[in-house]
Amino acid sequence: MLRLEGISLGFDDFTLAVDLDVPKGGRLAVLGASGSGKTTLLSVIAGFLAPDRGRILMDGADVTGAPVPDRPLSILFQEGNLFPHLSALDNVALGLRPDLRLDEETRSRVEEALVQVGLAGVSSRRPGGLSGGQRSRVALARMLLRNKPLALLDEPFAALDPGLRAEMMALVADLCEVTGLTLVMVSHDLRDAERLCDALILMRDGHIVTRGAVTELTQNPPDTLKPWL
Amino acid sequence: MARRAVPISIATGAGVAVAALVLAVIALPLGAVLLRADAGSGLGPADWAAVRFTIWQALLSAALSVGLAIPVARALARRDFAGRRALIALMGAPFILPVIVAVLGLLAVFGRQGGISAVLRFLGLPELEIYGWQGVVLAHVFFNLPLAVRLILQGWLAIPAERFRLAATLGFTSRDIARHMERPMLRNVAPGAFLVIFLISTTSFAVALTLGGGPRATTVELAIYQAFLFEFDLGRAALLGLVQVGICVVAGAFVIWGTKPNLAGTGLDQPVRRWDARGPGARLLDGALILAAAAFLLLPIMAVVTRGAGAITGLPPGIWMAALRSILLSLATAILSVGLALPMAILIARGRARGLLEVIGALSIAVSPLVIGIGLFLILRPVTSPTNAALPITGLVNALAALPFVLRALVPGVEQAEAGYSRLALSLGLSGPQYLRHVLLPRLRRPLGFGAGLAAALAMGDLGVVTLFAAPGQGTLPLEMYRLMGAYRTDDAAGAALLLLILSLGVFWIFDRGGRVNAAT
Repeated sequence: MLRLEGISLGFDDFTLAVDLDVPKGGRLAVLGASGSGKTTLLSVIAGFLAPDRGRILMDGADVTGAPVPDRPLSILFQEGNLFPHLSALDNVALGLRPDLRLDEETRSRVEEALVQVGLAGVSSRRPGGLSGGQRSRVALARMLLRNKPLALLDEPFAALDPGLRAEMMALVADLCEVTGLTLVMVSHDLRDAERLCDALILMRDGHIVTRGAVTELTQNPPDTLKPWL
Repeated sequence: MARRAVPISIATGAGVAVAALVLAVIALPLGAVLLRADAGSGLGPADWAAVRFTIWQALLSAALSVGLAIPVARALARRDFAGRRALIALMGAPFILPVIVAVLGLLAVFGRQGGISAVLRFLGLPELEIYGWQGVVLAHVFFNLPLAVRLILQGWLAIPAERFRLAATLGFTSRDIARHMERPMLRNVAPGAFLVIFLISTTSFAVALTLGGGPRATTVELAIYQAFLFEFDLGRAALLGLVQVGICVVAGAFVIWGTKPNLAGTGLDQPVRRWDARGPGARLLDGALILAAAAFLLLPIMAVVTRGAGAITGLPPGIWMAALRSILLSLATAILSVGLALPMAILIARGRARGLLEVIGALSIAVSPLVIGIGLFLILRPVTSPTNAALPITGLVNALAALPFVLRALVPGVEQAEAGYSRLALSLGLSGPQYLRHVLLPRLRRPLGFGAGLAAALAMGDLGVVTLFAAPGQGTLPLEMYRLMGAYRTDDAAGAALLLLILSLGVFWIFDRGGRVNAAT
């Protein structure tokens, strides 16, 4: 579903150089220390940064030069996923109608998405009146509603406490099962990869130093992965 | 909440003493003005006209400054170009630019002999009329547009970058971004900027003195000056002084109510990546806005430099003497201002009666320098001729006027130093002068240098209270320059303007640079 061929991007004294293949419905965890290039990789896939060389293919189509909104993906950031002056319902509805002109059908679809993530009854609340977990669910509901085949997760649950984080991971896993979503998730924590993903790559200095199936790598970890266990 | 360890009590005592002194130096003249105010006669039609003009021009100046600043700030927020950082830094310069220098520059560009009028003449259109309300508002926009741009730019850059990325993935158009991100930010930031500029413009004296005047363009401050100097009607001057205090207190209350915290102007060097503004039309519009703003700021300053360059070496000796007096005055003001601010900053940082101390520190914004000057005149007159004390009074009033800004520079630094080192100092037994020497001063070098530079530059360019007292030939450089302009000695005035510009920027640079060298933080 997602293929990165000979991607490279250099700035200052950092170079990202990656080849990658994520099958349809696959869930890839991107692990690495701060500054290893995880978020840069996600930014290249999303189109926030243009690579110097290489191609990005999504469902076989070359999207390397495609504008951000034209790429078939949704993204969740660690912070700033919601607009503080809008209600939960409006925040989700932005995924369909940025002008927020909602007809009855759109409104009911939005409310359905909120129900799907366990947020029935909070649609009129603003983000300031929601807990951290509820805010994450609102962002997930929007992702669900947009119905894009690829989801990029840039540590969206890193600020949550461990229990809530595990709960959100389980919810995302369920949603992926139901929708067949392809997932690329950046994380600092191998346990996140174990909970949610079937494959992982470990990045260092802009390069992939380890890649493979999560179960295989955690059972027989190479030296590069041992510090993460 | 646990109270922080307090290593020295001597500083606390000094802080209380300084706060009491500042209060006395402002309250006693104000009291003298109050006693002298001729309340029986009330305000005449001309005085009411001055009140109306003061408020009207301040509203117009604030509206124009903020209205023009919004598109300029947006352009600066979303464009990166060579010189962007320098342009933003330049937007801090009008704060320390002497008003009289800026006025000369504006006259050179927008006056009858200026380039704009020449173009209009060539096109067969009527020339610009800079004297009157138009000039007053133009000068206020010149001074306050950069301030508004910086405040609003900070609001733009405070929008999380993730939100712009999210907007890009959601396919937001420029209109959607304006609706969901920019307008909510502007609703928070713009009213505060408007109110700050409104307050600044209500206290305008030097601009009104040089470009305004007459029944249709006299501010209350200018009316005070005229009542005092031309009519020597102390009762009316005092009454107008109270009116001015009332206007400033009301405007100041609105500022406190309407402004959001964190307007420090830091972190303006990174543009926001925008995916909605990549089209050629948006680029062209932003480029034109940035160019126009830069030209509006730079052309008057460049005019001062080019016109003054040929005249500066031929300045009469009296101007050089005035420059010497201004240098001494600005140095004394810097020392006095920092000397007053440091003990107060320590006390404020320790949270002792913080609110009261902050109000005392900001009193000089509400009570105009002219009112304090007239009060000091009333107090000193039975004892000595106030003319003899013109420079000390000017220095004292300038130090009080700079105090809010110096305090604002010092308090965060003291708070950081106290939070980081007070317990260590206590455990090592450092107190009093040792604490000041080893803990506070090394960590305050930057804000001390910046604050002293600000106070020195403001004093160097001040054309306020000195106009009330200084005898002919005994004035500061801005006053002598104003007198040259009044005598139509334009070449000498241009040379004096360039000298004043160099001295104002020079004293600020020396103090600020001195604070940065080998600074501990």
